[in-house]
Amino acid sequence: MSILLNIIKRELKGYFTTPIAYVFIVIFLMLSGVFAFYLGGMYERNQADLSVFFNFHPWLYLFLVPAVSMRMWSEERRSGNIELLMTLPVRQRDWVLGKFFSAWIFIAIALLLTFPMWISINYLGEPDNGLIIASYIGSFLLGGAFLAIGSCISIASKNQVIAFILTAVICFLFLLSGMPMVLDFFSLWAPQSFVDAIASMNFLAHYSSINKGVLDLGDIVYFAMVIGVWLYATSIVLDMKKAN
Amino acid sequence: MIECKNLTKRFNQFIAVDNLSFVANKGEVLGFLGPNGAGKSTTMKMITGFLKPTSGNVKVCGIDLFEHPLELKKKIGYLPEGAPSYDEMLVCEFIKFVAQMRGIPKKLISQNVDNVIQRMNLEKVYYQDIETLSKGFKRRVGLAQAIIHDPEVLILDEPTDGLDPNQKHDVRQLITSMAKDKTIIISTHILEEVHEVCDRAIIIAEGEIVADNSPVELENMSRYHNAVTFEADIDFSLLAEIKNMPYVRDVEFDAKRKKTTVFPSQSIYIFDELSKFLKDNHISVTRLSMEAGRLDEVFRNITLESSSNRSMEKVS
Repeated sequence: MSILLNIIKRELKGYFTTPIAYVFIVIFLMLSGVFAFYLGGMYERNQADLSVFFNFHPWLYLFLVPAVSMRMWSEERRSGNIELLMTLPVRQRDWVLGKFFSAWIFIAIALLLTFPMWISINYLGEPDNGLIIASYIGSFLLGGAFLAIGSCISIASKNQVIAFILTAVICFLFLLSGMPMVLDFFSLWAPQSFVDAIASMNFLAHYSSINKGVLDLGDIVYFAMVIGVWLYATSIVLDMKKAN
Repeated sequence: MIECKNLTKRFNQFIAVDNLSFVANKGEVLGFLGPNGAGKSTTMKMITGFLKPTSGNVKVCGIDLFEHPLELKKKIGYLPEGAPSYDEMLVCEFIKFVAQMRGIPKKLISQNVDNVIQRMNLEKVYYQDIETLSKGFKRRVGLAQAIIHDPEVLILDEPTDGLDPNQKHDVRQLITSMAKDKTIIISTHILEEVHEVCDRAIIIAEGEIVADNSPVELENMSRYHNAVTFEADIDFSLLAEIKNMPYVRDVEFDAKRKKTTVFPSQSIYIFDELSKFLKDNHISVTRLSMEAGRLDEVFRNITLESSSNRSMEKVS
């Protein structure tokens, strides 16, 4: 356990000793505000809630989360440092979890720094704060799912640019998997049960159901499972790729 | 102690390490020699548990690689090729991090860190980013993390690569000073290093062991072993006479530097006879010496021989 904590601590510190952390946080805060107020018309809506603010999170994460995850492993492979890590008496699982959790905590920090939004809305009206907390949890879970995907892609590619683009595309497909443009492609040749399975993978549906204030156990389990599966895949790809 | 048994590593069709077996004992410094791509690093990566062998087995201090990989890793200190580390970390942070990962008890960490910092002369860069260090310092940071837990087995992949002569000397001294109660494997291209630090040298070519001897024994395999070199004005008739002496196999004359090298047959000791011959003929010699043998020549012969044998096998 202390090993895992030490990895998380080191990784998290790694984010803040490079400009990545600050650039990410500043851009995330600015864009989430801009999107909510200008594109979402949060002020003009005259409603005391943060739903427009949270509605834009999936699209922000789409290009910001891959920027965090892309160097998670590819940097270790490129510098050869992975050889050092993998020969320390530490289970591979601890490395995968440690790197993932540190990135997730980092996302949580960025998310918590949007608190002025929450304070403002409480000042302007009387919002349903339970709903806002549920939405924060939903946004946090969605970020975690994107990160788990990014972790797996990051180890598959030594090149950070490729890792970034692939992660963004795969996350995009998961976001849109319930939309006709994706389902039509599968319904042409795949059995209906498969198409239904694809449709149920839709991140957006699970996210917005949490966003409506329905903190259903099913949605939480769904995101936990997505994270688990992608982290397991990370560990498999790590075994395959660490050497070359 | 390190035991490798029939160690083999294949990458698709390419055989990087082919059925390698050897034992390295406590107190021994074993040198891995071989051309680039011979399989030295791959072998080290398998011993340290980074790469999974395709077949064969490794035991370190009696611990089986496949049965207890984490226990095995605890016994080893490893300096990977190029001494990688976290660029953005401070020297002290990095070494402390490795100490934590190695499971050193909290109370002992700062003591151990100070100890290796002092041993590797890193005091000056204690609070410096690793990114900003020179190659020599980086290598020393890599060595420091490898010995932080005082391991029984040290595996160092090209520990002196890219260092200046003084730094090389320091690292070699460090290795020699630790050799008594550890098993150490180093890989190197520098043959004088083998002579200076290794008790035993294994030459690897194309994934196979082609020689396993002490450095002195390897030198004895050289045609320069017991050869006599002298510098003097000497005419060709005398050279012919030397060539016809008993036990002389060959004579080489470098006209530019007036240097003559006399090779004995079967490495027989001919120094006395030759110096007597020169004295009798009243030749004024400016320099006269006997050679122990040249490792680089042996290295070239052995590795080229094995590769030509291989290509012969392929043809037939």
